[in-house]
Amino acid sequence: MTGAGGFGRMRRKEDQRFIRGQGCYIDDVQLPGMLYGAVLRSPYPHARILGIDTLAAEAHPRVRAVITGASLHERNLAWMPTLSGDRQAVLATDKVRFQGQEVAFVVAEDRYSARDALELIDVEYEPLPAVVDARRALDPGAPVIRDDLPGRVGNHIFDWEAGDAGRTEEVFRDAEVTITQDMLYPRVHPAPLETCGAVADFDQVSGKLTLWETTQAPHAHRTLYAMVTGLPEHKIRVISPDIGGGFGNKVPIYPGYVCAIVGSIITGQPVKWTEDRSENLMSTCFARDFHMRGELAAGRDGRIRAVRVTVLADHGAFNGTAQPSKFPAGFFGVFTGSYDLEAAHCRVTGVYTNKAPGGVAYSCSFRVTEAVYLIERLVDLLAYELDMDPAELRMRNLLRPEQFPYTCQTGWTYDSGDYPRTLRLALDLAGYESLREEQEAERANGHLMGIGVSFFTEAVGAGPRQHMDILGLGMADGVELRIHPTGTAVLRISVQTQGQGHETTFAQIVAEELGLSPDDVEVVHGDTDQTPFGLGTYGSRSTPVSGAATAIVARKVRERARIVAAAMLEVDAADLEWEPGRWFVRGDPDQGRTIAEIALAAHSDLELPEGVEGHLDAACVYNPPNLTYPCGAYVCVADVDPGTGKVSVRRFIAVDDCGVRINPMIVEGQVHGGLADGIGMALMEVIAFDPDGNCLGGSFMDYLLPTSLECPAWELGETVTPSPHHPIGAKGVGESATVGSPPAVVNAVIDALRPYGVRHADMPLTPAQVWRAIQGRPLRTDLAIG
Amino acid sequence: MTIRVAMTVNGTEYARDVEPRLLLIHFIRDELGLTGSHWGCDTSNCGSCVVWLDAKPVKSCTLLAAMADGHAVRTVEGLEQDGRLDPVQQGFVECHGLQCGFCTPGMMMTARWLLDRNPDPDEAEIREAISGQICRCTGYENIVRSIRWAAGHPAEHPA
Amino acid sequence: MQVPAHVEYERATSVEHALSLLSRPETRVVAGGHSLIPMMKLRLAQPELLVDINGLAELAFIVLDGGQLRIGALARHADLLDSAVAGECFPILRDAERVVADPIVRLWGTVGGSLCQADPSEDLSAAFAAARATAVIKTPDGERTVPVREFHLGPYETVIGRGELLAEVRVPVRPGTGSAYQKVSRRVGDWSVAAAGAVLTLDGGKILQAGLGLTAVGAEHFVAAAAEDYLRGRAADEDSFREAGRIAAGHCQPVADQRGPEDFKRHLVAELSTRALRCAAARVSP
Repeated sequence: MTGAGGFGRMRRKEDQRFIRGQGCYIDDVQLPGMLYGAVLRSPYPHARILGIDTLAAEAHPRVRAVITGASLHERNLAWMPTLSGDRQAVLATDKVRFQGQEVAFVVAEDRYSARDALELIDVEYEPLPAVVDARRALDPGAPVIRDDLPGRVGNHIFDWEAGDAGRTEEVFRDAEVTITQDMLYPRVHPAPLETCGAVADFDQVSGKLTLWETTQAPHAHRTLYAMVTGLPEHKIRVISPDIGGGFGNKVPIYPGYVCAIVGSIITGQPVKWTEDRSENLMSTCFARDFHMRGELAAGRDGRIRAVRVTVLADHGAFNGTAQPSKFPAGFFGVFTGSYDLEAAHCRVTGVYTNKAPGGVAYSCSFRVTEAVYLIERLVDLLAYELDMDPAELRMRNLLRPEQFPYTCQTGWTYDSGDYPRTLRLALDLAGYESLREEQEAERANGHLMGIGVSFFTEAVGAGPRQHMDILGLGMADGVELRIHPTGTAVLRISVQTQGQGHETTFAQIVAEELGLSPDDVEVVHGDTDQTPFGLGTYGSRSTPVSGAATAIVARKVRERARIVAAAMLEVDAADLEWEPGRWFVRGDPDQGRTIAEIALAAHSDLELPEGVEGHLDAACVYNPPNLTYPCGAYVCVADVDPGTGKVSVRRFIAVDDCGVRINPMIVEGQVHGGLADGIGMALMEVIAFDPDGNCLGGSFMDYLLPTSLECPAWELGETVTPSPHHPIGAKGVGESATVGSPPAVVNAVIDALRPYGVRHADMPLTPAQVWRAIQGRPLRTDLAIG
Repeated sequence: MTIRVAMTVNGTEYARDVEPRLLLIHFIRDELGLTGSHWGCDTSNCGSCVVWLDAKPVKSCTLLAAMADGHAVRTVEGLEQDGRLDPVQQGFVECHGLQCGFCTPGMMMTARWLLDRNPDPDEAEIREAISGQICRCTGYENIVRSIRWAAGHPAEHPA
Repeated sequence: MQVPAHVEYERATSVEHALSLLSRPETRVVAGGHSLIPMMKLRLAQPELLVDINGLAELAFIVLDGGQLRIGALARHADLLDSAVAGECFPILRDAERVVADPIVRLWGTVGGSLCQADPSEDLSAAFAAARATAVIKTPDGERTVPVREFHLGPYETVIGRGELLAEVRVPVRPGTGSAYQKVSRRVGDWSVAAAGAVLTLDGGKILQAGLGLTAVGAEHFVAAAAEDYLRGRAADEDSFREAGRIAAGHCQPVADQRGPEDFKRHLVAELSTRALRCAAARVSP
């Protein structure tokens, strides 16, 4: 349990229902008269729809409705806006544009009948050539995917630049050493264990829609549904109950949700839609798919001078990336990394392909995963080129604490950090020098052992209103705190936990500020009828934004309590001092009042000063002045069997700096989870496509996730450099490990293969890829292995 | 066309008329309303559906309810006995073995079975035992520690 | 989650009852169900009738009997993995079972079910083929035996006819025999990229008989017959094992897929055959 304050290791309050199997996830929701929906999906990646015959399906005795694009078109719902200002088909009308795209929706009395009825729908397709290779998407003569958009003649979506191209070119021309490397961050998928789903219940009498939904952003969804469906916003209630993992997968609005709503409106009964795993992997938002050409310019002494990168971003058939609207490539601009550069420049080109939409997901912090992978691989390539130790090279180039706040070459102002200290701790925990000695001995015996280092700067907590919005909605979060007359409290927040422990950590923030016990603070979240507006949980923004808002609102309550206490004690408010839990008279500590006493008095007939309202509550909307910049240093030790290509991760050391830690136990859990992601992406996860556009990652037999046997016992450490602009000095941490771990693993494997002269091979480093890399012929991993 | 399926679940007898194709996980969740066991994939890989059938863990998405007719099933709802949490449940709370909670019932059922057979498993044995079940949140470390905690704190009055 | 199409269900009360139910068309056996039910959920298999044989306890045994290791078709993978007698006679079976699926699936999937599923990546097929085992099939007229090397007709196809039921696998035990199985997969529980199982019977340092089974590489009848022929009579040494591996790599038909390209799979055949032979030889009791 915690000490006098609220911060510290504390068992989670929410565990009590989960360990009893009493969580309420979407598929647990049962309403009287509830019907079940199922989606018919396209087998083709690109095809014209010549006709859809639903008569047989409608005739099925247990089917209540069959919805197609044509029927949605009548309601102006065949298309819906995406989070990137594009539009996405809810149900296909003219064409299908990716394998797995939604074509029709069946509503039936039970889920098995709904599934059966899908086979009774007859769709006539005229297959079209598909764009599968992103690198061919801009070829002259490439099939045009988005001919639904007026004036579209190709598959180009956007170009985006950051940094100074001219200055960067100067440095490159001048540099003693330049490195160039093509690297792919393959298409992967967040794959939360609970798939996406919704239960839509439209009440025809009141005109109110209640929507249970797997959403990381209930308020944003409610506003979007109001805009899209025409239902007035005050008649829409979005409830995000317990969510079985999000990782960005549950940020977008999916066609299945809209169809469930329409199904409920048509039938007058609740409609549940829950996708199966293949639907989740094939049609919901994927992550990454950045084809990068990275260049690094340096001095022979190892001084990193400039970084340049061009990126081809595969966005799939609809541009559905979920990031602030002015940042089509998210926060990729932090590819400048943790080093002091003279210049940097990047150019990102987004293209359409015949694949599912998405790109920003899977704990990427809005493309920071891609940025960190790029820079940390380039640094290792520089170390390889100069025959320098990669840890030493980093130590020489890391930003120094006195350089903070540091504005990098692409305009991001890193708030705080002591990078050398963080790296030093990781190296010490790893026993880095001994590991290198061991490696030398192993190499002499022909064994392949690798040590990979990665240092990352993360950018989380979106975001300042003047720079960031999603579809015009600002990213400020509201929060409300009320102290009841008998002294316990309720905190209403807008962010949405999917396992991060908000019911505990946010109570701890209030406890820390007011001296209450966290057990006496109820945290309410997930229901738009009961919580203030905010943009939700993703990009590790909950602590930086809503955590700040909570601290501020608790301080507001504390200040109101001071005034009430002064009235109770008949002294001047200025004569009172605070200790956790009570205001007392300066110099006369026995004269004090606890929060509970003050709360009761605030609800009583106590006379309060002119202009001071009663009760003991406050609200706040927090607009963050900046992002927060957690960082970390990771060391991975791996062994490679050259005869089979099999990689085994022996150890993984992770030192994270996320500023002040509200609950270290929860922070460590977040890090553990992200580290497993790194093993997964580095060694086994990929969604590839064959030349016909068939998705090759549509099940957990094909899309492999790491198990307990691939993950080592994680070794964690911490440094703490508080964020200077955050009220409690905290930074986000939820995605740090997912950001920092893949390059550490890849660096370790490439390091292990040093005796073979391997410089790079793309993820996933499966046995086949490792063996091929040793042969000097690594595989291209976004396409089918041929 | 339906058949009569009867089984004992957590000590209570249930009987329902169901289609022969009904999967055991759907019988438990939708027919009996015991929603503590979950489903998360199509290919028997994720393990969020693990329950006990005749005291052995099974991926209940991979059996028909009909196959369990006449047998005994135990689910997460049956771990707590007479208001007392099972040590594995307590261990998961003590050691932060869960985050979103979705894989947790399956993990706990496997843990309980492991500890019944091997009361003092080492880390490797624990990792092997849960290697057929996926967690996306915890990176497994705290699940292992939770099970170790349960091993170190057996119930005073075992069921 | 995906769900099966309509199907009827019957529970067999005896082997005879099972055989009579199995004489109906579009009828499949369900034992562990962990191969069939996933296929039914994906609607890749749509039988009309399932015959549940889990109650036929007489088919669940693992015994050493008169120079043979006899394994009932209903023996669960976990039982075979934990079996002391099987592990002593044929460590190849223990090695293979350790890498089949996962610990929970192994509690329910059966030896017979896996063999009858006849997946080209099924580990036990190659292991039993390497050990020159025999399948015992119950028929309406009694029973018949088929060498495991002739049991599979092709992917997902066996010699078991309508109205028949695999009852047992018998593995001949010979003195001076060692065996091993080596598998490479992308992740624990995944199907093999490639795997090799070796069973060596030695006399002194000379190979009397060699069995070399290959998994997931399109080897005919799951064995590398040419490599086996090569090994017979040769010294059980590193050079022989390497050459056998090289021969085996040239006598299979691996197909490129997301597990790996063809050249890697052939390389693995050579590498894993050599390793399995080396390990099998080391396990021969002096």
